[in-house]
Amino acid sequence: MSAAEPATHRRFDAVGWLRRYGTPLFLVLLIVFFALENPRFLSMRNVSNILTEVSIYGIIAVGMTFVILTAGVDLAVGSLLAFAGMAGAYVMKALGADYPLSWLVALSTATAVGALVGYLQGKAVTVFSIPPFIVTLGGLTVWRGATLILNDGSPIAGFDASYRWWGTGSIIGVPVPVVFFGVIALVGYVAQRYTRYGRYVYAVGGNPEAARLNGLDVAGIITSVYLIVGALAGLAGFLLSARLGAAEAVGGVGYELRVIASVVIGGASLAGGRGGIGGTVIGALLIGVLTNGLVIMHVSSYWQQVVIGLIIVAAVAFDSYAKSRRP
Amino acid sequence: MAKFGSGPMSSAPLLDVRKICKQFPGVRALDGVDLQVQAGDVHALLGENGAGKSTLLKILSGALRADQGEVVLQGATLDPEHTPRERQRLGLITIYQEFNLLPFMSIAENLFLGREPRRYGFIDWKAMHEKSRALLASLGLNVDPRREVRHLSVAHQQMVEIGRAVAQQAKLIIMDEPTAALSGREVEILHAVIRDLKARGVSFIYVTHRLDEIKQVCDSFRVLRDGRLVASGEVSTVEIRDLIRFMVGRDVEFPRLARRAPPGAPVLEVKGISRALDAAHRHAMALEDLSIEVKAGEIVGFAGLVGAGRTELARIIFGADHCDRGVIYLNGKNLSPLRSPREAIRAGVALVPEDRKQQGCFLEQSISQNMTLPSLRRLARWRIFVNEAEERRLIRKYQTALRIKMPNSSSAIGTLSGGNQQKVLLARCMALSPRLLIVDEPTRGIDIGSKAEVHQLLSDMAQSGIALIVISSEMPEVLALSDRIVVFREGRISGILDAADATEHTLMQLMAIAAAADAPRAASA
Repeated sequence: MSAAEPATHRRFDAVGWLRRYGTPLFLVLLIVFFALENPRFLSMRNVSNILTEVSIYGIIAVGMTFVILTAGVDLAVGSLLAFAGMAGAYVMKALGADYPLSWLVALSTATAVGALVGYLQGKAVTVFSIPPFIVTLGGLTVWRGATLILNDGSPIAGFDASYRWWGTGSIIGVPVPVVFFGVIALVGYVAQRYTRYGRYVYAVGGNPEAARLNGLDVAGIITSVYLIVGALAGLAGFLLSARLGAAEAVGGVGYELRVIASVVIGGASLAGGRGGIGGTVIGALLIGVLTNGLVIMHVSSYWQQVVIGLIIVAAVAFDSYAKSRRP
Repeated sequence: MAKFGSGPMSSAPLLDVRKICKQFPGVRALDGVDLQVQAGDVHALLGENGAGKSTLLKILSGALRADQGEVVLQGATLDPEHTPRERQRLGLITIYQEFNLLPFMSIAENLFLGREPRRYGFIDWKAMHEKSRALLASLGLNVDPRREVRHLSVAHQQMVEIGRAVAQQAKLIIMDEPTAALSGREVEILHAVIRDLKARGVSFIYVTHRLDEIKQVCDSFRVLRDGRLVASGEVSTVEIRDLIRFMVGRDVEFPRLARRAPPGAPVLEVKGISRALDAAHRHAMALEDLSIEVKAGEIVGFAGLVGAGRTELARIIFGADHCDRGVIYLNGKNLSPLRSPREAIRAGVALVPEDRKQQGCFLEQSISQNMTLPSLRRLARWRIFVNEAEERRLIRKYQTALRIKMPNSSSAIGTLSGGNQQKVLLARCMALSPRLLIVDEPTRGIDIGSKAEVHQLLSDMAQSGIALIVISSEMPEVLALSDRIVVFREGRISGILDAADATEHTLMQLMAIAAAADAPRAASA
């Protein structure tokens, strides 16, 4: 029983501190290191490049944080990004050649398609109790294939300037995708921290049976997180096509790994109930800085993959070590 | 200590347990307990919940270490540091209520796990299946050993466990409430198997709460109460009513909480709830025609053995489980069919579940998250945002009212003591202002001081006009808290008593003895 709790005099707990602040600290160290190696690393142009690159998958990572909080995962986001982006461009083109607000057609179609697909995947998880890993592993190939079918494997290009602005333009010096990422991350943070919905997501991930006994609509909440990540993948698909000037069938290949890695490096537990948007943003930035920095240092792309993989494993290994040593 | 029969036999016992003591923080679980089992003997170990039976079994199986005393098997003192696996190799095998089977593996694989017959270094499947078939046949079980264990009924899974013990050359099989989830015919089959193994020289320690079966299958007995031995001897020389007398009357008594407010109008009316056996509720009996009523300001206690229907009925009233037939009225409004706890909560029912860690708490999450989760609808601004100022007020209110000891509301609930966790869960339900509150095992695993506090809280809630159902395995608790007591046995209501007339003795009879035996049947409403 709890007769006499030992007096907690605050000795500095290095492991606990690192668990909390280790990732941002590592991010800062990386930035300092790359900046010292090559002054061009911190040039306006490179920084804006890194941030734009991070934003595309970072937007999806915000949604993925909710999915992983419910102890789920979505492996289909990379394929869904391509499919939704392609669908947006396809519908826009199908409605005519040159008309005002054509970008809006593409933007809303891509987001809606992403949301619909996410909803269906969420339903597959909740109604048929198929593990999310399996549902979305299927989605990973289904939506990639569907993208190829949609335009026979060829890209859709030839967007007008107003379309391209969403990927290449800027608002008072900040690239548009970065603005999007910032706003979405903020909304995600507020939703998670200050709304009932955020509390419910944590509850469902922390203990689904207890959540049910507290009157939560567990299936509805789980479906909703897949819908959210799908919509965000669709949005990211639109932004990527605007940035590249084409909706490509190979767009976003391997993004699911970057997205999941961002969330996990950010401190979320794949077992659910633990993690947050703040950590995810740091995780996404860390991967972006690392990729870009290694390129600038002329490290081969082969080695980049090795380094990033090792960092993911190290981050999780440290976290479980830090967790296991707590009484 | 009372002795019955001729006393210890002259031959050296198979198992000789001497002066076992075990202290837990705040509780002396075992205090110098002796136990002898002769070869080929079926020895009944009796006692109420909390008497120390489980602790003793765990010490025998190697899952716990005794503070003092020794365990002697066939004349050799066993190393107290033994792991359960080492004890098994010596032929001391324990079969728990929750079986240790691998559900997705076949019967044969389970029977020979870790001891598979081999040929040229590879598993000899043919030999394994043949041996399994022979082994199962010797237990009177004709099933294909290649079937996966998860497809078997509870009774057959238990046979596989026994088969595994036989395959390991068991000398002594310890069975913890083996019949808790078995129907009448299955119990007879189990008894036949036990008699058969006994004839082959295997001994048993048999823990049961169903007293009528002691006469059927056991030779000798031992009764524990509050960690001490209170009676032992030969079953043939003792009457069941004497056994009950030894088991009850524990030192741990709770004062009966007298409440002045007379019960008001009926809040809950349950009529004719029935449910057939199904795969989802394997460890429970079929429920037959359960009807109860709870009035405002009244505490109705549910007594009965685990699996007898008390928790099952509560979960049906709360919408957490389905039923086949029956209706539920709350304040005269028909709620059935209740499809989810969500509907029940909206109608004004709240539940503190049986298993605090698995069903109640979000252990890694904050105390505030745990306390306010179902109330967030009322604590919301524009239905979306959590009104944190309002939430803090609510938490402070209940922290004071329930005297919850916590560092601050943002620390994880898992860091609190069991008693304080339970108070947080009670606060969670109180914040919903329910008409009916169901509390399943209100004081399981919490210290004695907190127990009294929780009892007072429940009593105060009834005083304020809430209808309460309190489910407990501790008879003193049921007696102390309840106005009326509903007793469950094997999926039926075996009696509804006025708490003023009830004693542990009458409860035990209704809970544990078939109506045909010497139990005076109480007037059921």
